[in-house]
Amino acid sequence: MQRHLISAADLTRDDAIQILDTAEEMARVADRPIKKLPTLRGRTVVNLFFEDSTRTRISFEAAEKRLSADVINFSAKGSSVSKGESLKDTAQTLEAMGVDAVVIRHGASGAPYRLANSGWIDAAVINAGDGTHQHPTQALLDAFTMRRRLVGRDAGLGQDLAGKRITIVGDILHGRVARSNVDLLHTLGAEVTLVAPPTLLPVGIESWPCEISYDLDATLPKSDAVMMLRVQRERMNAAFFPTEREYSRRYGLDGDRMARMPEHAIVMHPGPMVRGMEITAEVADSDRCTAIEQVANGVSTRMAVLYLLLGGAVFDAKNAPAATHTRTEEK
Amino acid sequence: MDSQAPDPRPVLEGPDIARVLTRIAHEIVERAKGADDVVLLGIPTRGVFLAQRLAAKLEEITDRKIPVGSLDITMYRDDLRMQPPRALARTEIPGDGVDGRLVVLVDDVLFSGRTIRAALDALNDIGRPRAVQLAVLVDRGHRELPIRADYVGKNLPTSLRETVKVQLAEEDGRDTVLLGAKRTAPGAQQ
Repeated sequence: MQRHLISAADLTRDDAIQILDTAEEMARVADRPIKKLPTLRGRTVVNLFFEDSTRTRISFEAAEKRLSADVINFSAKGSSVSKGESLKDTAQTLEAMGVDAVVIRHGASGAPYRLANSGWIDAAVINAGDGTHQHPTQALLDAFTMRRRLVGRDAGLGQDLAGKRITIVGDILHGRVARSNVDLLHTLGAEVTLVAPPTLLPVGIESWPCEISYDLDATLPKSDAVMMLRVQRERMNAAFFPTEREYSRRYGLDGDRMARMPEHAIVMHPGPMVRGMEITAEVADSDRCTAIEQVANGVSTRMAVLYLLLGGAVFDAKNAPAATHTRTEEK
Repeated sequence: MDSQAPDPRPVLEGPDIARVLTRIAHEIVERAKGADDVVLLGIPTRGVFLAQRLAAKLEEITDRKIPVGSLDITMYRDDLRMQPPRALARTEIPGDGVDGRLVVLVDDVLFSGRTIRAALDALNDIGRPRAVQLAVLVDRGHRELPIRADYVGKNLPTSLRETVKVQLAEEDGRDTVLLGAKRTAPGAQQ
């Protein structure tokens, strides 16, 4: 794992903080009249989306364009993939076109890893969500949002999330967001509690570096941030809970529950929100809910990842020359 | 030059640097006819401290608040792909912006001129100043681009085998400019 971002678990604390600090500077570009940097001029990035995901794709696309990369969007629908082309052939096609980075979203866990380690392609691979495995840029943007809100914009620079208590509520079983978040937040020193009905927790969760609870009300007063995950209706065919109403009553966040959270605590949601299910409109529209902020932060964070990967960053401490702070006129 | 290079020797010390900055401040006021619309932008890291010191001197002279900020040029460098990715520094543009103003870029050492080229590009994305000028503490020559400084603290003729290192109290604990010999790594071709 050198030039790729496959899993949030691959990032060391220093890697993660470097990405978050870089994202903080990238965020300032959004306030400028010309929201563009020439940094990736002449570099080609392919957004290779085997699964539909408009939000993630446009977030990556905005980040790539803001860094002046040439962007090619590739969606499986209506492409050669729907005619039966294999991942290998798709990869080799992209390689032949001289692509510098591939942002891949795939329904199969491990597809980005395969792409990065198969030798099919030289480009840097960025995982934009694979199956129920990982979604590292989502975890990074969530950590970025938490650090900004809980530690501070400038005070947060160079800092981790030590001692912050983060509660993640919802579908952990199908959720790559939860898994990535647990990995990254653990690396950054936060204490994570997962809250979900037992049927929506994956096998082997005891070995994850976090606490498990089935009782949302008991967990809320001890949380600095509560992240609500969408219950993916399209995956709910196996009767994981009796009714949506019952789920909503026990695990949904409404105004009363929010009032029981500490004063400074924030509500997070990776989107898309299903109002009335895991979150009520009252909570979603309150200024404690960071859902919209997370979207903006997503662009900054992805810009940081693209800059650090395509600038040649190595997300591995062993064989990497450290990123330099020196900006001298001497060569 | 062998690897047993002599210790770097100081060519400017603390009081010299203070005097030089005072002179540059007076030159800016003189050339800008009162420095009404001057904005100082330091290039991180040490250019920012120099810009802040210059602003303080200018405020003493003109009795007015002088806007001062920083301009990070990392993303505009022409050698980005030749090195591991560099950490970004802060770009902080003063509240009123740079449009229609006289921007004075401030850096510690002027050498190849490539940093200043990058700074001009970065500035271009931020606004349209009335004019841009350049103030440097040390000009060591060896320009690779048609760029010159408007205000120079000290002209320091150097050879390419020498290094110029500026140290400032804010970052390094003391004020000094050191002239040393380049350390050549064994076997490396410089």
